[in-house]
Amino acid sequence: MIEIMELTKRYGKFTALDSLSLQIEKGTVFGFVGQNGAGKSTTFSILATLLAPTSGTAYINGYNVQKDTKMVRRQIGYMPDFFGVYDQLKADEYLHFYGASYGIPLVERQKLIPQLLDLVNLTHKRDSYVDLLSRGMKQRLCLARSLIHDPEVLILDEPASGLDPRARVEMREILKELKSMGKTILISSHILPELAEMCDTLGIIDGGKLVAEGSVSDIQAKLQGEKMIIVKMMEGLEQAIAFFEDDPYVSKLIHREEENSLQFIYRGSSEEQTVLLKKAILHQLPIISFSEVETNLEDVFMEITRGVELA
Amino acid sequence: MKNFVVNPVLNKEFKLRFRTFKSFLGILFYLLALAILIIGFVFIESMTNSQGYFKPDQSREMFMILSVLQLALILFITPGLTAGVISSERERQTLNIMLTTTQSSTSIIVSKLLSSISFLLLLIIASLPLYSIVFLFGGISPGQLLTMIGFYTFTIITFGSIGVLFSTLIRKTIVSMVTTYGVTLFLAGGTAFLTLILMQLDRGFYNPAGGNNPFPYFTAMLNPPIVLLGTFQPEIIKEIQRGTGIEFPLWISFLISYTVIFLGALLLSIKMLRPNMKKG
Repeated sequence: MIEIMELTKRYGKFTALDSLSLQIEKGTVFGFVGQNGAGKSTTFSILATLLAPTSGTAYINGYNVQKDTKMVRRQIGYMPDFFGVYDQLKADEYLHFYGASYGIPLVERQKLIPQLLDLVNLTHKRDSYVDLLSRGMKQRLCLARSLIHDPEVLILDEPASGLDPRARVEMREILKELKSMGKTILISSHILPELAEMCDTLGIIDGGKLVAEGSVSDIQAKLQGEKMIIVKMMEGLEQAIAFFEDDPYVSKLIHREEENSLQFIYRGSSEEQTVLLKKAILHQLPIISFSEVETNLEDVFMEITRGVELA
Repeated sequence: MKNFVVNPVLNKEFKLRFRTFKSFLGILFYLLALAILIIGFVFIESMTNSQGYFKPDQSREMFMILSVLQLALILFITPGLTAGVISSERERQTLNIMLTTTQSSTSIIVSKLLSSISFLLLLIIASLPLYSIVFLFGGISPGQLLTMIGFYTFTIITFGSIGVLFSTLIRKTIVSMVTTYGVTLFLAGGTAFLTLILMQLDRGFYNPAGGNNPFPYFTAMLNPPIVLLGTFQPEIIKEIQRGTGIEFPLWISFLISYTVIFLGALLLSIKMLRPNMKKG
């Protein structure tokens, strides 16, 4: 379980994290979404005991990241967004090094490492020099490295960045496997759809603040409190404008004369939306189409990070 | 103790260091430089000598030159080997991962220092067969040779810890190296220069017979070449002691001051390796 309480990090006058609070239950896969510079990596660095917060604190499985650093390091497997490898080490030696760094005895490591390499589909690369592996393979090896001490919590900062589509699919499959093993996974990305498929819960961070939190459907539903509707007219655009402007749930109405259409933001419920359409027909407005613009996850992300307040 | 001997960082460092061709080349060129000097010295001495042989007192002279040269080489190589041990991990983006493991900062720093020192000790040990040429001609006791190895080891440890400190404090390896070389140059050359200047000033302006200005002693005790030469030519030390009025053995002052530098650098490196999580 991860508890983040009023976490703030300032660099001089710049606030990278602004009173971030969050609670992630055990066994949850939590997706942390935000633009570059939103504060994701700063949060992860603090949780990984690599950075001290200016104020606030965080707990991992009940251990304070500032006071119980050694215990926190035992609980977490951390994979940074950018990482290097030792070019003179083989994949197997690379894992042995980190295993030994966690104090795992050699005999245990010799059993564990083949299993981990199998999990990340790198058994055939066991004796290859790490430097010679492809980017995707290095990412998978780094993931195996973060699992070497069997941590309960995984902190993965953009694990799929820079990977080709095939490698992304492979990474996603591994994460699903880890989820089935009951690990609590905190994973970040700036690509929302990428996370939506594997996360139970999403948190959207912008300017160091958590602007939305919930399941993917929750977040979409929240934003769907504001729908964008496009109405195409056969004729009588001015009448239509006057009619729709009268509705209390309509706002930000704009029209396009050349297309004989208008669009507006509608805040009413689905029932009220039906009533609005019925009224328009009864008003004898020559409507060709009345459609709601589908919002995909990218739209949700763009809307939220543009500063739209969610209900 | 067992944990320390099979320390993962030390283990990894040995693998990384000795798997590269660079290490082999390093040893090769080091030995070549020493061999050229020894053979050149013997050759020149034999040529200038009318009988065409090499005398034991010349052998002693050669040992001195060899020792000073070896010290110069060590002082030149140590910053290069130690001033990037942490910063290069940082630049290679491997440090953060290492810091999230349960290894203590002490273990990481000490292992890094030991692995670098081990390579330098290997250089010294590899050069011992060259020293044996000196024994062929006599004039040198095994005790002097052992003292020399002890002196080198101590000097390497101290200068190595300075390199590790700057490597921990400074993000860029190149800046860390320049800083370490600067400090090394000051301690190896600057302090000798200051000692000479201060002694001359003391004689020339204040007291022609040599006064009790203690500063030349303090600068001399920080200077490894002076301490080294003092073991061959005790008159140098006596001159400094006479000029400063401090009779305390210079080599003990050297040991104390360099132990303080070593411990200070090591403790600060350990403290600064990880962020102070309690202070934001």
